[in-house]
Amino acid sequence: MNVKKIALAGNPNTGKSTLFNTLTGLKQHTGNWPGKTVVHAEGNVQYQGQEYLLIDLPGTYSLFSNSTDEEVARDYIVFEQPDATLVVVDGTSMERNLNLALQVLEMTDKVIICINLIDEAEKKGIVIDEGKLSSKLGVPVVKISARNKQGIDTLLDTIARLLRGDIQTKPYRMTYQPEIEEQIKKLESRVRELIGHDYPSRWMALRLLDGDDALLKKLHEQIQMKGREVKSYEFGNAINS
Amino acid sequence: MNSETPLIRKSLESLINEGKSTIKTDIRDDIVSSIYAASKSLCKEAVSYQKGKANRSDALDAIFTSRILGFPIMLLMLGVVFYITIAGANVPSSMIAEGFGWAEGKLTAGFQAIHAPEWLHGILILGLFRGTGWVISVMLPPMAIFFPIFALLENYGYLPRVAFNMDRLFKRTGGHGKQSLTMAMGFGCNAAAIMSTRIIESPRERMLAILTNNFVPCNGRWPTLILLASLFMTAGFAGAAGTLATAGILMGFVLFGIVVTLTVSWVLSKTALKGVPSHYTLELPPFRRPKIINTIVRASIDKAWNVLKRAVIVAAPASIITWILANVFIGDTSILMYFINFLDPFGKALGMDGFIMAAFILGLPANEIVVPILIMAYLSQGAMLEIEDLGKLKQVFIDHGWTWLTALNMMLFSLLHYPCGTTLFNIYKETKSKKWTFMSFAIPTVIAIGVTFLTATVARLFGWV
Repeated sequence: MNVKKIALAGNPNTGKSTLFNTLTGLKQHTGNWPGKTVVHAEGNVQYQGQEYLLIDLPGTYSLFSNSTDEEVARDYIVFEQPDATLVVVDGTSMERNLNLALQVLEMTDKVIICINLIDEAEKKGIVIDEGKLSSKLGVPVVKISARNKQGIDTLLDTIARLLRGDIQTKPYRMTYQPEIEEQIKKLESRVRELIGHDYPSRWMALRLLDGDDALLKKLHEQIQMKGREVKSYEFGNAINS
Repeated sequence: MNSETPLIRKSLESLINEGKSTIKTDIRDDIVSSIYAASKSLCKEAVSYQKGKANRSDALDAIFTSRILGFPIMLLMLGVVFYITIAGANVPSSMIAEGFGWAEGKLTAGFQAIHAPEWLHGILILGLFRGTGWVISVMLPPMAIFFPIFALLENYGYLPRVAFNMDRLFKRTGGHGKQSLTMAMGFGCNAAAIMSTRIIESPRERMLAILTNNFVPCNGRWPTLILLASLFMTAGFAGAAGTLATAGILMGFVLFGIVVTLTVSWVLSKTALKGVPSHYTLELPPFRRPKIINTIVRASIDKAWNVLKRAVIVAAPASIITWILANVFIGDTSILMYFINFLDPFGKALGMDGFIMAAFILGLPANEIVVPILIMAYLSQGAMLEIEDLGKLKQVFIDHGWTWLTALNMMLFSLLHYPCGTTLFNIYKETKSKKWTFMSFAIPTVIAIGVTFLTATVARLFGWV
């Protein structure tokens, strides 16, 4: 049977690991990410006859690869391309947590926003309109409380429907300053020519503008590993254009 | 794998170069602020707050991290902590000192009773016992008060707010915001703080934090500062006013240390360690009441006791060595005196003397032993001093020509000079670079010499001493 990969991303202290434990129970393996001193945890969960493999990414505030943690999380989403990415956000500090969600939405379409600690948020008088948020962000938004096992079924159901294609996503697209947008537009088509549709070309173009050298190396390794067959005239076009 | 990959690499490289050349300035700031703005506007639409359920932590944060009140509150807290430490430490300090004085008398009597040789009594009692006795009575009481208060502030959640306030300053000097955290660690122990710089990911910003960590007084130097400030700087005040003035002076020294930290960070980030600070998020934990008894007990045991243990372990052999150096004579001058006489002109130029210089040099293994070595060196000159009264100590200093300038410059030198041996060792372990380890020795030393030379010259020029 085809095991679906689900990545868990989120800020530190959002209860991401609590959710991971709630979902997977004791079916976990932990180790290190290859070549990194960052803890890697994955576990299995079954729902309606479908087997899922959950990958707990390191908790990070952003995905700019400022740190090894951020690099690991980013590389997993971009290069390993999980079937879906759950962004776990802290319901008590939405504004800060959405920063990460917005960055993930730039990298992949298959995203579910999972608002955790909803019980605490309610206690503090924070009211979150998940319907509005969902329509703004263009992806499903689910409220949960991982430690009280609230909303877990809805979450699993949403995952299943997203992966079956019952839910169509239209991720929120960040708009940057006109100057940057212009540059992205110029680079994006060339990036797409080079790497095809396998990778998020707009995001990649933005990273190139940001001068992310490590990403270039990664991409090169990735392409080498997949041994993608690209016809040589495409390179000619990419270089000459 | 196949012949096409180098080609891919080449075109990727041409792309990345183009990416770099098209945009001149660093666009990360623009990207981040666009994302923040988007997040903010999304929250405005989808998140609302019920009135009357305002978060207590948020309300407190509005005060503690406010741009206007943040710093005055910080200074006030610092002042209060110092005041309590100094006011509270006086009595137990003299009590412990009296206790040691009494025990020394008994031990000396015991040595005489068994007709022990003079040199044995000298090494064990006048060297070892008296040296460690001074360390304990001068250091233990302030540490036993200071650490638990600090731990309480930390567990209440106030210290992260301090880091938050300082963060703005560090970013402006080109350092990493987390440098404020490693600096705060430095108030406890610079050697430990060097290890704590691991939390800074960028090597450039981490190096800044390492090189400047020494400019805040660690607990090996607190006693020196507290002792000299209360003996010399506040002569005109009595009682509570004196304690208050001492606290004020200590605060001044801490602020000066922070100013030097920021200045050196700024200069380095414009010269040898050029670059822009990286972004990071500092999460403020909610304010909460800690388990008070638990915190006090653990802070006293963990910190005060460990610091003391280290001080005694280092001070004991140093006391013996100092006593031997002071009592082995070549001709009619002790080895220690040769050393001191050699350093004297240099010390005098810096507003201090050869004794103080020798104490700082011999005190390289640990800052805790600088004052004990100094006292022993002065005492080895003949005048015997039993440990019973801190006031007597002042007389010893004055007998050796001390003025307020001597005390001030010794405090400045203590604040600014090279890190202790343990810290240097840690810096080498962490940076794996002889060059940067040397720099972390040289930068503070040059600054310490420069500043004390300046104050001495100015004070003499105007005839203040």
